[in-house]
Amino acid sequence: MLYLIEQCLNGIQLGMLLFLLAAGLTLIFGIMDLVNLAHGSLYMLGAYFAATFATVTDSFLAGIGLALLATLVAGMVLEVIAIRPLYGRDHLDHVLGTFGLLLFFNELVRLIWGPAGLTLSLPPEMLTAVQVLPGVYYPLYRLVIILVTLAVALLLYALVMRTRIGMLIRAGAWNREMAGALGVNIKLLYTLVFGLGAALAGFAGMMQAPLSFVQIGMGENILILAFVVIIIGGIGSIRGAFVAAIIVGIIDTIGRAFLPDLLRHFVSYSAGSSAGPALSSMLIYTLMAAVLVFRPEGLFPAAQR
Amino acid sequence: MSVRLNARNAFVAGVIANLALVPLYAAASGNTFVMSLFTRIVILAIAAVSLNLIMGFGGMVSFGHAAYLGIGGYAVGILAKEGMNSGLLQWPLAVAASGLFALTVGALSLRTRGVYFIMITLAFAQMIYYVAIGLDRYGGDDGMTIYKRSQFGPLIDLSNKTAFYYLCLALLLAAIYLVWRLVHSRFGMVIQGSRSNERRMQAIGFPTYRYKLLCFVFAGMLCGLAGALLANHTDFISPALMHWTRSGDLIVMAVLGGMGTVFGPVIGALALLVLEEALSGITEYWQIILGPLFLLVVLFARGGIDGLLAGINRG
Amino acid sequence: MADALLQIDGLSKRFGGVIASDAISLAVPKGQLHAVIGPNGAGKTTLIAQLAGEIAPDEGRIHFDGSDVTALTVDRRSRFGLARSFQITSLFLDFTALDNVALAVQAHAGHSFRFWRAARREEELCEPARAALARVGLAGRGDVIVSKLSHGEHRQLEIAMALATSPRMLLLDEPMAGMGPEESARMVKTLRELKGELTILLIEHDMEAVFALADRITVLVYGRIIASGPPEAIRANAEVREAYLGEQEVAHG
Repeated sequence: MLYLIEQCLNGIQLGMLLFLLAAGLTLIFGIMDLVNLAHGSLYMLGAYFAATFATVTDSFLAGIGLALLATLVAGMVLEVIAIRPLYGRDHLDHVLGTFGLLLFFNELVRLIWGPAGLTLSLPPEMLTAVQVLPGVYYPLYRLVIILVTLAVALLLYALVMRTRIGMLIRAGAWNREMAGALGVNIKLLYTLVFGLGAALAGFAGMMQAPLSFVQIGMGENILILAFVVIIIGGIGSIRGAFVAAIIVGIIDTIGRAFLPDLLRHFVSYSAGSSAGPALSSMLIYTLMAAVLVFRPEGLFPAAQR
Repeated sequence: MSVRLNARNAFVAGVIANLALVPLYAAASGNTFVMSLFTRIVILAIAAVSLNLIMGFGGMVSFGHAAYLGIGGYAVGILAKEGMNSGLLQWPLAVAASGLFALTVGALSLRTRGVYFIMITLAFAQMIYYVAIGLDRYGGDDGMTIYKRSQFGPLIDLSNKTAFYYLCLALLLAAIYLVWRLVHSRFGMVIQGSRSNERRMQAIGFPTYRYKLLCFVFAGMLCGLAGALLANHTDFISPALMHWTRSGDLIVMAVLGGMGTVFGPVIGALALLVLEEALSGITEYWQIILGPLFLLVVLFARGGIDGLLAGINRG
Repeated sequence: MADALLQIDGLSKRFGGVIASDAISLAVPKGQLHAVIGPNGAGKTTLIAQLAGEIAPDEGRIHFDGSDVTALTVDRRSRFGLARSFQITSLFLDFTALDNVALAVQAHAGHSFRFWRAARREEELCEPARAALARVGLAGRGDVIVSKLSHGEHRQLEIAMALATSPRMLLLDEPMAGMGPEESARMVKTLRELKGELTILLIEHDMEAVFALADRITVLVYGRIIASGPPEAIRANAEVREAYLGEQEVAHG
């Protein structure tokens, strides 16, 4: 039972990170109509920046703070140099172009930081466990991730719900002319939005870094999960991204934790050991397939353009 | 469909001729690496041609095409491990398994379009990647060596590198011819029309979904064959075969070579792999050049190399 | 009406707060050329979209040749004999004019699960395609890539493609949109020639053409039919003049 609660919380925590990624992706798609395959590269950059700055300043928090800034700037620079020419083209061009960027970033990181990868250690204060329920202890850091991301989610929600720009995004009525009529500087807006998306992705990377590792290509696998989240939640919808991220996070985590054992119980030991992990990986994609069959526009689709 | 004499066709003929001469060059110069490289090029060219069938002609951008390389390869590898080495069993199974997966993925994905389609094919390919990692018996994450190549009895010995190369080349040429005929047939017209204006296709009475699905299955099957060849070539299979960045490589080949023609992807495979070899001789970090280069191609030379050549004819 | 080829009963469609079609009921007997006119925003294109099958109505039924086609998909309706042309040109731009029309022929010439023979060489497809092109006045233009054709030729090609599907009824959405007086006159001549053999539902703004061709006119305003009858009756109808024809005079005057 304790194990189940712990896994549920882990699932929520994974879901939160997925949300950060998916939110950035879906914002960029909703506002600029751009598919960004290099989003995972920004996740990776965030982690690398954090690890580097934390080592240099000898402070975890300073590392995070500086890395956030650096990722934001990197995102904006990237937008101006490489992303702008892609606006208005068809989605295939976006995919191809940003794929080129993905290759570029992987190599750039290897050039600057070497192939071995880095580590980002938590400050000692974070290494404790906290009692979340009677008798149930959960790592403080993971809890922090959940809470901080929740705060970010609320901020984003406020942005989308309370500002004029947010209103337009929600109505799906986004187009350049309308925004221009409202007196918005489109170029600047796009740069900022992209930067925001980059910062969100980088932040997810940084948060994740102490839990696993900082290495080349770390963004790619989680990026696909973020895509699955968007498909399930509905493209262009922040709310959909949030709900879908939690669902995906929990199902994936619980599945990996329990399915092999379940199979070992009911089928056979060897089946559980070999098929278990494979099947639990497939769970998420099966869910995605089901959503595609029954509700192809996603669970919470944004209004149609 | 007459074939005219012009710069582009001369180039294509030249490429084919040179490909045919590779083993002779290798034998004469003693450079066996060239043989290995070009075998790989030819096999991946088959995969790229299969991708271009759905992507260039059908407008279906699949970011999960490498999955079929993996399925084909694993079919060969798994059967080999279980002691069934006959190529006459392995290869048809590789093709059938790929076709089945393509049918499943296509049936679900083709209900969507645009960016959804791209993401979904990506996700399904990643799913099969994870399944492969979970296959402990067959190497899991580390992969598995294939100790005996597909056996064809007295017909051909695949461990003979020259024979294997010519088999692959023959299959490539056959694939190109078949795709060429397919693209210009009634079926191909429906596929091309659906890429051009699907709404109009339906308005004139075509139930486009079933045609696209069948095309998707054909492409998957052809790529599965390429996978079987690749497994034999490397004597090794691993989940890395189907990582989505491998799918990206295939897309790069198709775009770089030119998506508008059947032969374009062959040029693309040649260009990419030769470029890889050449650049990695200069610097270890050659992808730093390739990435932005690819972006530039997408922005300014969308028709790829083949497009540039065709431009020479018009200009 | 027993012999109506197209029977529309109570067709309604809303988009959020906007009523695009308000209980539209209409019957088009075989051989009639029925024009639907109305100011911009009257819901004419929405009507065609529902008839063609692109949009599902919220209420109402559509009967074609006695069968209820309301639930049929776009392609099935086409195969059933209901052809449609688009208001905003929707062609295969990177193909030749002949290819375009041949595709339309192909859709109705048996199945297309043929993988070997070159389609462009099939006389079974090319001959009717050339005939359709000639019918609309594009006889010599078959080998031109569509993106290189003029706007007027695009509009003619739209009709040719609809014709090539061997339809029993044509749904024409502003075929003369953007045409100059000469081109319009030619289009009117083409449509007049088709009148005998095909049933036509024509949406148009060009009043001269409408009154020259129509056997019966229906007037749509804000999704609702405000009048329906022979051309003289419509011309004389005060409500119609106020709502629409007056507007036309202002626009042209």
